Amino acid sequence: MTPVELRGVSYAYGEGELRRPVLRNVDLQVRSGEIVLLTGPSGSGKTTLLTLIGALRAMQEGSARVLGEELRDAPETLRVKLRRRIGFIFQNHNLLGFLTARQNVAMALEQDGAVGERQRLARAGALLGAVGLQGHEDRVPAKLSGGQRQRVSVARALAADPGLILADEPTAALDKASGQEVVQLLRELAKSRGVAILLVTHDPRILDIADRIVAMEDGRIVQADTVPG
Amino acid sequence: MNEVPRPAALLPWAPERTGETQPAPAAPAPRRGPGFLGSTLLAFRLAWRQLRAEKARLASAIAGVLFACVLVFMQLGFRGALFESATNLIGSMRGDLFLMHPLTLASFRPEPLPRVRAQQALALPEVERAVPVYLAQATWRNPESGTRRTIQLIGVDVAAGVLEFPGLAPLVDQLKRADTVAFDRSSRPEFGPIAAMLAERGAPIEAEIGNRRMDVVGLIEIGPSFGADGNVVLSEVNFRRVAKDRQVAAVDLVAIRLRPGTDIAQAQQRLRAVLPEDVMVLTQAELQAHERRYWEEATPIGFIFAFGSLMGLVVGMVIVYQILFSDIASHLKEYATLKAMGYSGFYLARVVLGAAMILAVAGFIPGLALSWFLYGVVADATFLPLRLDLPLGALVFGMIFTMCALAGLLAVRKLRDANPADMF
Repeated sequence: MTPVELRGVSYAYGEGELRRPVLRNVDLQVRSGEIVLLTGPSGSGKTTLLTLIGALRAMQEGSARVLGEELRDAPETLRVKLRRRIGFIFQNHNLLGFLTARQNVAMALEQDGAVGERQRLARAGALLGAVGLQGHEDRVPAKLSGGQRQRVSVARALAADPGLILADEPTAALDKASGQEVVQLLRELAKSRGVAILLVTHDPRILDIADRIVAMEDGRIVQADTVPG
Repeated sequence: MNEVPRPAALLPWAPERTGETQPAPAAPAPRRGPGFLGSTLLAFRLAWRQLRAEKARLASAIAGVLFACVLVFMQLGFRGALFESATNLIGSMRGDLFLMHPLTLASFRPEPLPRVRAQQALALPEVERAVPVYLAQATWRNPESGTRRTIQLIGVDVAAGVLEFPGLAPLVDQLKRADTVAFDRSSRPEFGPIAAMLAERGAPIEAEIGNRRMDVVGLIEIGPSFGADGNVVLSEVNFRRVAKDRQVAAVDLVAIRLRPGTDIAQAQQRLRAVLPEDVMVLTQAELQAHERRYWEEATPIGFIFAFGSLMGLVVGMVIVYQILFSDIASHLKEYATLKAMGYSGFYLARVVLGAAMILAVAGFIPGLALSWFLYGVVADATFLPLRLDLPLGALVFGMIFTMCALAGLLAVRKLRDANPADMF
């Protein structure tokens, strides 16, 4: 199974005369263990593409198979279930401010009935340790630095053992060292667990981790280069 | 930051999966969720954590629910006291059936019916006793201060055993004497310190009712109502001495005692058949309901208390709605993030409803305690029978719970604004 397989995907905002196409006949595949960087100017359709692959919006045209599920005409319930198998890393981390770092990460596991409360918290603690936040598990996001918050966000995205990670500028708010560490973590995850990673970024510091760089412009993929290993 | 973990350190509990050079993993089987009850509990816990995190907002929400709770308790308490006090007199009468004029709206404002109806009722073999009751109001002069106030007169053959007021039985013989009354110790204090005077000087003490000197020979217990601030019980003869304009042939109520073993419903039918239409034949429960209906429907008082309760609920609902709505509005990003993580709209609705339920309980408990205290204060001040019992507590809790649930349901609509696609 290819985690992401798009064929002829088009998308437009608005209706009638106000209709504005943002994606035009996009084809894209992301294989297991592959890290694909999505680049392009603002308004080129990267974010819309990410939200369609993440089952965060309903498809309009074309076909999108994500983790084996066809998203075209997929009901909301299927999209909700699919999202549980995808890890999201947002630019602004979007942690729940009233929960501790451990509780934030454990939230990603609450949808899994097979994992009990103790296990959830233990796994969350272990993941936070793995991303370098040992000793910070019981702090609320307001008591963490920007880099630490982003690492909590990464741990949360990993917690449910996703088959696909979608990340939007994950290093934008981080200094060079922290950014590199987050990126290395993602690379390890891709290589060891076969997780497909699709990353939107403008950060030239992390281009070297990509297996492939896909450039978008005006809603189309204009370039797809494989980075030589 | 620590050293980047070795691959094996990440997700050690997860099933083995291979990297990019290996064949792609099969699609994992859909995960089993925590079930409805489990996810509801988790949603409620999340709601509690969210509420707890903003203490000032939580305090104002609890204060809003508490306010609504106290308002509803007080209004329903007054309403209950109104009905209980209004039916006190009738509830204390020992009668299987009662005769009353069809135009009588309430016992404190009776329409007289012919006394002969009592004799006619006695013609039926199943009727053992038919006791006329006279009701009127007269002016009572406070023996200490001299101020005047209207008091309820209850004239009856005291030996007939129709009235069951506490303290009446030992006074029966004394009440047969001329110009004697038994005074209701629960009457408002404006009638004077009668109980203290009796205790100090011993019975009888002199009082003035309807410009006539009477002897108070003892104390009974009835309690004031919205129609009467105080009561005295006296014999038929003494009643007519005070209420001089009342004719012996016109009574206000007839209490009927049936022979043991008689079917009350059948006797009621037979009495209705033999008596003319200028009289209603009611059971005690029907008579109490008739009295209650007067206060509930024919006066604005019952409506005012019901309306007051409703206002309390509406105000409380608006407060809770505002709190929940602003809470959702200020946490839209978090809700959208949860949606992106695969939490359903139904789960998030349960978080909001959970917050509403928590506020209901957290506001009800101090509201109950404060209302209990205020009931004592008001009962002491008004002598009205305000009672905070389990059925009333359960009723108010149900109302507060419903109020919060409705506020929560209204606030849930705001969740639609949490769009996970906006998170990127």
